[in-house]
Amino acid sequence: MKDSLVLLGRVPAHPDSRCWFLAWNPAGTLLASCGGDRRIRIWGTEGDSWICKSVISEGHQRTVRKVAWSPCGNYLASASFDATTCIWKKNQDDFECVTTLEGHENEVKSVAWAPSGNLLATCSRDKSVWVWEVDEEDEYECVSVLNSHTQDVKHVVWHPSQELLASASYDDTVKLYREEEDDWVCCATLEGHESTVWSLAFDPSGQRLASCSDDRTVRIWRQYLPGNEQGVACSGSDPSWKCVCTLSGFHSRTIYDIAWCQLTGALATACGDDAIRVFEEDPNSDPQQPTFSLTAHLHQAHSQDVNCVAWNPKEPGLLASCSDDGEVAFWKYQRPEGL
Amino acid sequence: MQRVSGLLSWTLSRVLWLSGLSEPGAARQPRIMEEKALEVYDLIRTIRDPEKPSTLEELEVVSESCVEVQEINEEEYLVIIRFTPTVPHCSLATLIGLCLRVKLQRCLPFKHKLEIYISEGTHSTEEDINKQINDKERVAAAMENPNLREIVEQCVLEPD
Repeated sequence: MKDSLVLLGRVPAHPDSRCWFLAWNPAGTLLASCGGDRRIRIWGTEGDSWICKSVISEGHQRTVRKVAWSPCGNYLASASFDATTCIWKKNQDDFECVTTLEGHENEVKSVAWAPSGNLLATCSRDKSVWVWEVDEEDEYECVSVLNSHTQDVKHVVWHPSQELLASASYDDTVKLYREEEDDWVCCATLEGHESTVWSLAFDPSGQRLASCSDDRTVRIWRQYLPGNEQGVACSGSDPSWKCVCTLSGFHSRTIYDIAWCQLTGALATACGDDAIRVFEEDPNSDPQQPTFSLTAHLHQAHSQDVNCVAWNPKEPGLLASCSDDGEVAFWKYQRPEGL
Repeated sequence: MQRVSGLLSWTLSRVLWLSGLSEPGAARQPRIMEEKALEVYDLIRTIRDPEKPSTLEELEVVSESCVEVQEINEEEYLVIIRFTPTVPHCSLATLIGLCLRVKLQRCLPFKHKLEIYISEGTHSTEEDINKQINDKERVAAAMENPNLREIVEQCVLEPD
């Protein structure tokens, strides 16, 4: 299982600091990293190695916690502990700040673009989730402030094809939101985790959502539409979400991130025990009670907590990870034989 | 019958002898943990209380027995600290937790993972405080707040 994840290279992305998050651009050619040094770095390949193509050092006064590329690949959004979100426009190797989104009362913890490219979501320790609309002139307008969570909101992620938003919180729940008559509403609350939910990932079909938590488990939630065959109750026209699988006993500390490969369906986790793990769904798995097997477990993937894992969107098996040790690592994952 | 019981007692004494041999190895473990715990305690006892002109040791917020060290693997240890805040004031307890974490993060020479808790039954909102002080994102953000940072720096400053 050690050989299913092979190291391709490491870069000291945020020296003397921690690297918090990574994001591949939609073309899979660039990787953006951000960290406690308040900088964003853009990495690209040159032959066999990864080199830093750009550095964005102005723009934030405190830690940059997350970065996200727009679906067209021309913009990069950055969420910071300085309570702002910056939108950067890419012009070859240069990045220019086109606007700074303000409004959150304190640290912005996450930012995500909807697949249409017209919507952006942000969330904060102020317990709220904000939805922003972008128009043709690159003007951003806040269209909704959602105060459903009772604590710090750690992460937001959009459904791969629908305008459905999910958020993860320190209040131990996951919430889902959709637009209803010109306003955004919370349409589901997923309970079950016993501590902070740190991250979320939808599967390629968007029918399932994976969550990871400080309770050291991963939960898989499945969407059930009204009138479903399985007889899962729904309230009105809103789908229901049910926890169909819990992966426990695999992680020995907080799980900070989870990533679901949109090409292969493999599930990767970033853990506070310095390890990276990969899970794959068993071939004859019952969709209502799926089972997942651990196919890779790399101890000491980094010398400190792993904060993020990100699958390359174009190259199957290419995984990037980053850590409190300030480094970014690149891995090749190959599903082990006989599974 | 006698031969069988003789064989049995021989086997038994051999097992006892073998386990006797492994005793020194087993005894080594607690001693290493004790040494590591003392290293940790030496760093935290001099931390100053945010409000009073005394150290955490003098105020009995921490003591030698409040530090527990477990081995994670050959090179890494899990350090668990249970401290007793002097007053049931929420923000002060959180502040002490922050000082403990920062001091050890900076000064503890061996590779470790750290868990800090308020000792049970000493605070009404201890679960809330424990969750905050063990959330590294909250800790990192707090340390970027200049006022909080200044207080923490004053508390962890090494005595001359």
